[in-house]
Amino acid sequence: MSDSTQEINQIINQEYKQGFVTVLETDTFAPGLNEAVIHQLSAIKNEPDFMLAYRLHAFRHWQTLTPPTWAQVTIDAIDYQAISYYSAPKRKEDGPKSLADIDPEVLAAYKKLGIPLDEQERLAGIAIDAVFDSVSVATTFKGKLKEVGVIFCPISEALRDYPELIKTYLGSVVPHTDNFFAALNAAVFTDGSFVYIPKGVRCPMELSTYFRINAANTGQFERTLIIADEGSHVSYLEGCTAPMRDENQLHAAVVELIALRDATIKYSTVQNWYPGDKQGKGGIYNFVTKRAECRGDNSKVSWTQVETGSAITWKYPSCVLLGNNSVGEFYSVAVTNNYQQADTGTKMIHIGKNTRSTIVSKGISAGHAQNTYRGLVKVLKSAENARNYTQCDSLLVGDQCGAHTFPYLEVKQPSAQIEHEATTAKIGEEQLFFCQQRGLSAEDAVSMIVNGFCKEVFKELPMEFAVEAQALLGLSLEGSVG
Amino acid sequence: MLSIKNLTVNINEKVILNGINLEVNAGEIHAIMGPNGSGKSTLSHVLSGKPGYQITGGTIQYKGKNLVDMAPEIRAREGVFLAFQYPVEIPGVSNVYLLKAALNAVRKHQGLDEVDAMDFLSLVKAKIKTLDMDEKFLYRAVNEGFSGGEKKRNEILQMAILEPALCILDETDSGLDIDALKVVAEGINALRSSERAFIMVTHYQRLLDYIKPDYVHVLAHGQIVKSGGADLALALEKEGYGWLEQGQVSA
Ligand SMILES: Nc1ncnc2c1ncn2[C@@H]1O[C@H](COP(=O)(O)OP(=O)(O)OP(=O)(O)O)[C@@H](O)[C@H]1O
Ligand SMILES: [Mg+2]
Repeated sequence: MSDSTQEINQIINQEYKQGFVTVLETDTFAPGLNEAVIHQLSAIKNEPDFMLAYRLHAFRHWQTLTPPTWAQVTIDAIDYQAISYYSAPKRKEDGPKSLADIDPEVLAAYKKLGIPLDEQERLAGIAIDAVFDSVSVATTFKGKLKEVGVIFCPISEALRDYPELIKTYLGSVVPHTDNFFAALNAAVFTDGSFVYIPKGVRCPMELSTYFRINAANTGQFERTLIIADEGSHVSYLEGCTAPMRDENQLHAAVVELIALRDATIKYSTVQNWYPGDKQGKGGIYNFVTKRAECRGDNSKVSWTQVETGSAITWKYPSCVLLGNNSVGEFYSVAVTNNYQQADTGTKMIHIGKNTRSTIVSKGISAGHAQNTYRGLVKVLKSAENARNYTQCDSLLVGDQCGAHTFPYLEVKQPSAQIEHEATTAKIGEEQLFFCQQRGLSAEDAVSMIVNGFCKEVFKELPMEFAVEAQALLGLSLEGSVG
Repeated sequence: MLSIKNLTVNINEKVILNGINLEVNAGEIHAIMGPNGSGKSTLSHVLSGKPGYQITGGTIQYKGKNLVDMAPEIRAREGVFLAFQYPVEIPGVSNVYLLKAALNAVRKHQGLDEVDAMDFLSLVKAKIKTLDMDEKFLYRAVNEGFSGGEKKRNEILQMAILEPALCILDETDSGLDIDALKVVAEGINALRSSERAFIMVTHYQRLLDYIKPDYVHVLAHGQIVKSGGADLALALEKEGYGWLEQGQVSA
């Protein structure tokens, strides 16, 4: 290996900085999954009866399913009986009423992650729901949001406090019958965020959820539901990290977004789950079903994701464009390194008239990693004048990694306009040396090249996240020279 | 400025440069000619610090410092510039972004402030005009989809912005049409100064018609087998390299 290949690798192979473990007293279920576990789970969360019924129904369906095998990933069989389905920091009585009730170790963990939860240090303009293993430990700015009618709370709380909204919307976009992991999630989901933006309200701050896996041998089953009522607007961000462990851990999430007439939802993800070590040992299995329904006319949903973590990522944030003139967007940067595998992309389902969708996918592979884009653009007969633009670019760092592109197209409406562009480029030693010869350090050169490659996606991220995303790739543009 | 003594270089155990001696002073122009595969690009790469070459003997001093110990980007910041024989494409990175990052890297090294966006734009627009390039090239990705000649011109643009002390031009004239050759040669001549030296690798006299070298060296089998004045290039143009192959060694 030549010096500059080594240099590229050093830059890409930065240490995982969020890999610490917080030592806590926890309430953790013994590993195993059966109906008794689901009863126990529903009971510990004080859920209404309809939820228990919903879970059991999903569980019985899940038992009839087999894990999917179509994704371009290599995976050892998961033993679902070896996983614990609930782990939470021990708490007093009914759960924390204020930050004073939260285990200081948990607060310290979030602080260390750069997510301060205590009053004085809160990030201005961003409300945070902090999900630690199976429970939400804190939600900031709840009161302030309530003043304008915005509901932002852990979904476990919403199940108790807003049963009507839950009954109407939960599972309405991703039914438990959707796929293997969606069925499992419906049966055992523990926490996640619930957002409701009332008619005509523009949410006054960014909402965000920070997911942290801490306990060993547990799965995290996130469930998030966002409803934007007519004419409303919301921008939501999620971040994720986990400790470094030798065994794989499962994060199987379901996220449902509903945009009613004239509503806009912007959903951004910076996913940095532990990716496993350089030999491919450990890391999170990130199997996620994310789907949005643009139910009303002129509604819009925009997914932006920066996926740098996880041993295996398997996710396709999608948009069902039901309303006329509705708009779906998907902007994605997926970085895989060492032995990471990502099979990600989107589905845009055009049903309403004049619906438009944009897909911009940037895959970066380094080391021995495999990066797959899989996207479906489906235009139904009813979707007159539907338009889609897809751009799908791959960047290879070194020559032992792989990039794969699977665009699927199903068009039943002749007036549809579909455009697809795809490119593959490589950061080679020659490019790196060229930049160094012009005075840039190798680090700045890789950063410049990768940022240049990703900039169409980064510009879609809210400011704070764009900075975090660049830093994550080891790519601060301000990176000092020398 | 540059002093190369007994330089020997291997690639994967194979000897490519076999005892190069060369003295280059500020203000001078040296042309290096020689058959394909004789080691001209290798010498250019070694001077600019490209990885993959093993220096097995000899020394290279640049401005009194040991060049071999310097990282490639430090050499660049210290004023060593290589116009590549085959400039690479960098998709996604605009030309203007690269130019600015490069200029600021050099300026920072020299203890100067970063150039502000407005000043930079006027500088770059002035330079691009002298090279008869369309401003659109500034906003295109570095060399991506550029024609062979456009890439070469782009190298000279970078050189004009960075104002290096030692300019190494590896076959900058190859692939240029007649008009472009003239423009590029004028661009190079505009940079001539008593503070700056040029090493121009070329196969053709036509570049030297525009830029008269002080010295011409012939590289063959990894050695400088003949050195002379501007006339030597003319003789080579007429006679080819055959007459030098008899093992004659330069004075
Ligand atoms: N990576 C490499 N591996 C093996 N041999 C190499 C490598 N790079 C260069 N060489 C050899 O070194 C010798 C010198 O090459 P170099 O590119 O320096 O020649 P040159 O004088 O610039 O030729 P030209 O006039 O064609 O540009 C050639 O024989 C070439 O094949
Ligand atoms: Mg050459």
